[in-house]
Amino acid sequence: MTSQMTSPTPVSRARRARSPLALAPLALAAAAIFVGAGAALAQNDPIAQRKALMKAVGDSTRAPAAMLKGEQPFDLVPVQAALRAMQAAGKQMPGLFPDDTKTGGDTAAAAKIWENKADFNAKWAKFEADSTAALARVTDDASFKASYPDIVRSCGGCHQDYRVRR
Amino acid sequence: MRRFVVAALVVFVGGFVAFWALTVPRAAVSADAALERDGDAARGRAVFFAGGCASCHMTPKQDDPLRLGGGLELKSPFGSFYAPNISSHPADGIGRWRVADLANAMLAGVSPAGSHYYPSFPFTSYAGVRLEDVRDLMAFLRTVPAVEGRARDHDLPFPFNLRRTLGLWKAMFAPAAAPLRDDPARTPEWNRGRYLVETLGHCAECHSPRNALGGLVAAQRFAGGPEPDGQGWTPNITPLGLKGWTKGDIAYALDAGLTPEGDSLGASMAAVVRNIAQLPKEDRAAIAEYLLSLPAREGPPRPRK
Repeated sequence: MTSQMTSPTPVSRARRARSPLALAPLALAAAAIFVGAGAALAQNDPIAQRKALMKAVGDSTRAPAAMLKGEQPFDLVPVQAALRAMQAAGKQMPGLFPDDTKTGGDTAAAAKIWENKADFNAKWAKFEADSTAALARVTDDASFKASYPDIVRSCGGCHQDYRVRR
Repeated sequence: MRRFVVAALVVFVGGFVAFWALTVPRAAVSADAALERDGDAARGRAVFFAGGCASCHMTPKQDDPLRLGGGLELKSPFGSFYAPNISSHPADGIGRWRVADLANAMLAGVSPAGSHYYPSFPFTSYAGVRLEDVRDLMAFLRTVPAVEGRARDHDLPFPFNLRRTLGLWKAMFAPAAAPLRDDPARTPEWNRGRYLVETLGHCAECHSPRNALGGLVAAQRFAGGPEPDGQGWTPNITPLGLKGWTKGDIAYALDAGLTPEGDSLGASMAAVVRNIAQLPKEDRAAIAEYLLSLPAREGPPRPRK
């Protein structure tokens, strides 16, 4: 036992095994655990979840914006990705404003949300319905320009009343 | 003693007369039959949305921008203002107004009865509006539905509740009523943009800091500052604040209500976007062209949240 512990052979073998390539699966596993933990954390953190959904919607609007500005040709894939992000937000957001999340997590959610919960939820439902309808309707540049802009225009309606000004 | 009383009385009366003379509300336009002709309601609709009238005058808690019953509370450091009814109702709204009445209200901040309006109504910007636009706007306002009911009176403490004092305020801070003329050295697009931004759009009213008396700080015009009601902050819209924004980005933001990063223009800007989105896209491009031509100005430091 003592001889095994002091033997240099297994140690050097172990060192050899720690080449970057050999570490890759380990890193992946660690990353998976880390992401998994992050997701689990977000599951219990509605403020983080709604921020992530909002950011996903915002980010998804960039490519369609470039198309509307004429900087990029029409491409159905990112447009559908944006509409799906909006659809997902419309579906999930109403469940992410429990009473104990009025403050904390640097939230910009206004107290008015909880005072007008029915209106707030109805606006999300409309957002989901509008993005779902647009997903079915948008097939080309013309149908994109006809139905997409009104959906993003509706964002301001809620951000006017339900986001804290700062 | 008697001499002292007389002297005090002379000073007091003299001061009062001087104050009265200095603060007399001055109309910009006199009633003119020619003004009443040829108003184009369709063009007036564009003037209405460019001027952002609905943002303050539409009846709160409903979505129709042409329901102009007023009543919205505008909080300020000087008290609360309540936007009046500007629907076509003959008694509660402005249904009996002539074009000259609207012109004096917008250009000089003077009511048909000859009293001062508070600068919560942005006559300080509208002073440069062209008379033909006022005429067309009046034609349009005659077509919107009559809404019954008057907004409550402004809720202002002394001395701000004395309308006559606004004569002094105007002498200090309000530009004279004069239609903004095109600069022939610039493109028609730039001139259109300047007209929209500086007069009808009244962008400077919120996007500039104000001094202790509520006058705009000229050196920081468009450089952002506290929201007029004290809640939140308006961004700098000189090229300093719009760093990285293209002309297309600004035009898109004023139409779709989203920044290039995909953030939503909320707060009071949401209503502005709803209005400006009603204009032809050439107007949004013109606004962008003008904003990007402004000198870069540093605004007041924004407090940490």
